Amino acid sequence: MRLPDIQDHLRRYRVGIAGAGGLGSNCAAALARCGVGTLVISDFDRIEEGNLSRQYYFTDQVGMMKTTALKENLARINPEVFVIIYQKKLDPENIPVIFSGCDVIVEAFDKAEMKEMLIETVQTLMPGIPLVVGSGLAGWGMSNEIRCRKVDDTFYVCGDESSETTDEMPPMAPRVGMVASMQANVVIEILMEMN
Amino acid sequence: MKILLNNKTEEFDKDTMSVSEMLEIKKFSFRMRIVKINGLFIPKEKYDSAFIKDGDNVQMLYLMSGG
Repeated sequence: MRLPDIQDHLRRYRVGIAGAGGLGSNCAAALARCGVGTLVISDFDRIEEGNLSRQYYFTDQVGMMKTTALKENLARINPEVFVIIYQKKLDPENIPVIFSGCDVIVEAFDKAEMKEMLIETVQTLMPGIPLVVGSGLAGWGMSNEIRCRKVDDTFYVCGDESSETTDEMPPMAPRVGMVASMQANVVIEILMEMN
Repeated sequence: MKILLNNKTEEFDKDTMSVSEMLEIKKFSFRMRIVKINGLFIPKEKYDSAFIKDGDNVQMLYLMSGG
């Protein structure tokens, strides 16, 4: 399949992204470049200067809401992508509403507790919707420890599944970007098999 | 019983065991995790009451902060 045909196919789908930090912003950029039709992005944070070490934002966007800035950046990458943003803290009540109609959902939170909440909500209240989770991306090096595991048809995990971010093991652009790209790659794989 | 644990066959000296027992036997001590049995998500409140039996496909993964 040639790229224009692939883009025609991907245009028909809607992908939800829970979180617009390191994983979410980089994953969204990759999906926009591929030509996924609609991206639904939810985040409630503002951009801080420290975020620029790994997140898809620019110096003149510090202080902006991440969702607003990301929508702006995605439009500069590919104006044909329809981007829907929510400035909300996600919870078990609003997740099924915000991401209703999504063909795939990307988990892109920072805290493990939030990851758990999203996974439990999607897997129990939105059965059959594939979920692509990121787990384990701290530090640098160890490229080959990062992998993608298909747990089952509705659940995929990308990351090393063992490194946790701490002050001594901060999240850094290369490994965060690798996991975000891997999540985007799984999303494309899932969408290319749909018809 | 023999089960598939994270795609590897593992043998246990029991006919059945709860998720909590399996986690203890395997020393999966990290608290933030997801458990699925035959594709079914098991909420952590059910780790004592959800049972694993011969032939089950059990998937366990750790959730690491960072993103």
